[in-house]
Amino acid sequence: MSSYSITEPSSRQKWVAGSLVIAYAVITLLPLVWILTTGFKSPVDAIAYPPKVMFEPSLEGYVNLFTTRTRVSQEQLEALPPPATWYEEIVRNRDMVIAGPSRYGERFLNSVIIGFGSTFLSVFLGTLAAYAFSRFKVPLKDDLLFFILSTRMMPPIAVAIPIFLMFRTLGLSDTHLGMILLYTAVNISLAVWLLKGFIDEIPREYEEAALIDGYTRFQAFYKVVLPQAATGIASTAIFCLIFSWNEYAFAVLLTSGTAQTAPPFIPTIIGVGGQDWPAVAAGATLFLVPVMVFTILLRKHLLRGITFGAVRK
Amino acid sequence: MAVTPIDHVAKATPPSVASKIRGLSDRTIAWLFVAPTIFLLLAVNIFPLIWTINLSFTNFRANRPNREVDYIGLRNYERILTDGDIWLTMQATAHFLFWTIFLQVLIGFTLAWLINRKFKGNDLWTTLIVLPMMLSPAVVGNFWTFLYQPQIGLFNYGISFLTGVDPSSFQMIGDVALAPWAIVIVDTWMWTPFVMLICLAGLRSIPDYIYEAAEIDRASKWRQFWTITIPMVLPFLMLAVLFRGIENFKMFDLVVQLTGGGPGSVTELTSINLKREAFEKWRTGYASAYAIILFVTVFGLASIYVKALNKVKER
Repeated sequence: MSSYSITEPSSRQKWVAGSLVIAYAVITLLPLVWILTTGFKSPVDAIAYPPKVMFEPSLEGYVNLFTTRTRVSQEQLEALPPPATWYEEIVRNRDMVIAGPSRYGERFLNSVIIGFGSTFLSVFLGTLAAYAFSRFKVPLKDDLLFFILSTRMMPPIAVAIPIFLMFRTLGLSDTHLGMILLYTAVNISLAVWLLKGFIDEIPREYEEAALIDGYTRFQAFYKVVLPQAATGIASTAIFCLIFSWNEYAFAVLLTSGTAQTAPPFIPTIIGVGGQDWPAVAAGATLFLVPVMVFTILLRKHLLRGITFGAVRK
Repeated sequence: MAVTPIDHVAKATPPSVASKIRGLSDRTIAWLFVAPTIFLLLAVNIFPLIWTINLSFTNFRANRPNREVDYIGLRNYERILTDGDIWLTMQATAHFLFWTIFLQVLIGFTLAWLINRKFKGNDLWTTLIVLPMMLSPAVVGNFWTFLYQPQIGLFNYGISFLTGVDPSSFQMIGDVALAPWAIVIVDTWMWTPFVMLICLAGLRSIPDYIYEAAEIDRASKWRQFWTITIPMVLPFLMLAVLFRGIENFKMFDLVVQLTGGGPGSVTELTSINLKREAFEKWRTGYASAYAIILFVTVFGLASIYVKALNKVKER
């Protein structure tokens, strides 16, 4: 585009547009900033009125997130040896002692295992299928591709009933493997569609050259096509990861303990007299930050990822 | 399928001698590569769907697996379609769909239109605006209940700061009249960036020369907007509406955490209602019929819509 184009907006227009967009961004980011800051507030500051912008930072929310605590009497408290760590001290100040770890760490680890497991599987299977759809004459290709896409239209609750029954029969309910398979099935439509788009853009000539040089199809695939598709594969992986990371409906319906991920757990963090907001905010922060970082890294591929490549940028 | 000579000619790669001798044939590879995906989808999507259809004709209850199951024909479907409460749920869902899509398209398009002015730092701000939609809806919904607290919440404080209304005088979540708006606001907050991104792609796809030609013809800015910008972005807008429509029809996580369907059942959208039937009342057969009705509705509406979309695209 030429910079002398008559369609180029004037600098005043740009200034107005810029300030409006920034105003919107500031308003829209307020809830996020509020999550991040509430995690560092004391329970008293968190529910102060008017809402506190300036506050004494405290790690109490994080301590409460990772521990379970029991209330002790004043005499019991005095009989105890002095607190050995800074977090014990925080808990002592509330007339409590640490009884053990909370389940947040476990749930977070479940999110990591299920998230990465299903991401790996969906990208692996998705790459194979996408390559075949992109390069070969697959019978009923268009129908199969539409079928793969249409599986996303089903409300999760609609298939949750038989999956619940099926998993119970197969012994897969509340297991990591069950959730990995389930999330893979949900993600694979996205993976196939996205990766097909990326592979379509790699010129066929590269493989043809490799085939003429005596490579087999299979060698040409992993020595020539895969390296070329690396960026596409990486961004597809991150979109799959974000989905399984954030998924809630299946997690809450099909898991109860062993394999439950963090999204159903965070809202259940309860303190004395209601929800312990600093701890909830701390849990949310730890959970949201990786996705925020990915989003910033991924901004170039964002649109394609969220729309299945249906919109070309 | 028989391999005709045409097939051989049409293949982009000539059947190389090497691949025949050393490797698998292309057709075998194609099948090997596609089969696991298709198998997984059949096992985890199609098989359950067929099972749901089968269950929908029974009085099965998943919490009593040993009880005898009777096939009761279409009675589940009949009961659902004549149940007044379900129509209330449908109304709540329609209200939610209408307002979220309306607001998201309006704000999303405006933002895209502004960002398209390419002011300084627009990429940074675009990325920041997009953050809410990448987060976990359940976690976000839960945290918004905190922001909506009448005494201590940031939202009520903000409203009272701007309008002078007493912040403890209204409850976004507890009030029957306000609760539907509480979910509309959070959904709009979360998903407007999605519509914005699609509109931005639409706006950037319009070649400059069209505007230049209009400029030479002395068409006013207003006229250019209505005769060039809007029609060119329309297919993109319709796509955004399709995606948001399907997603919001399935909406579960955000609303469950935000209002849990309440107060009463004013925010009980179809998914929440369905979850209650299936996993709280354990009326599995009934819930299956309900699920099938919903799926057919989404699928039917989406198909009609896609036809309309393709017509717009062809123009």
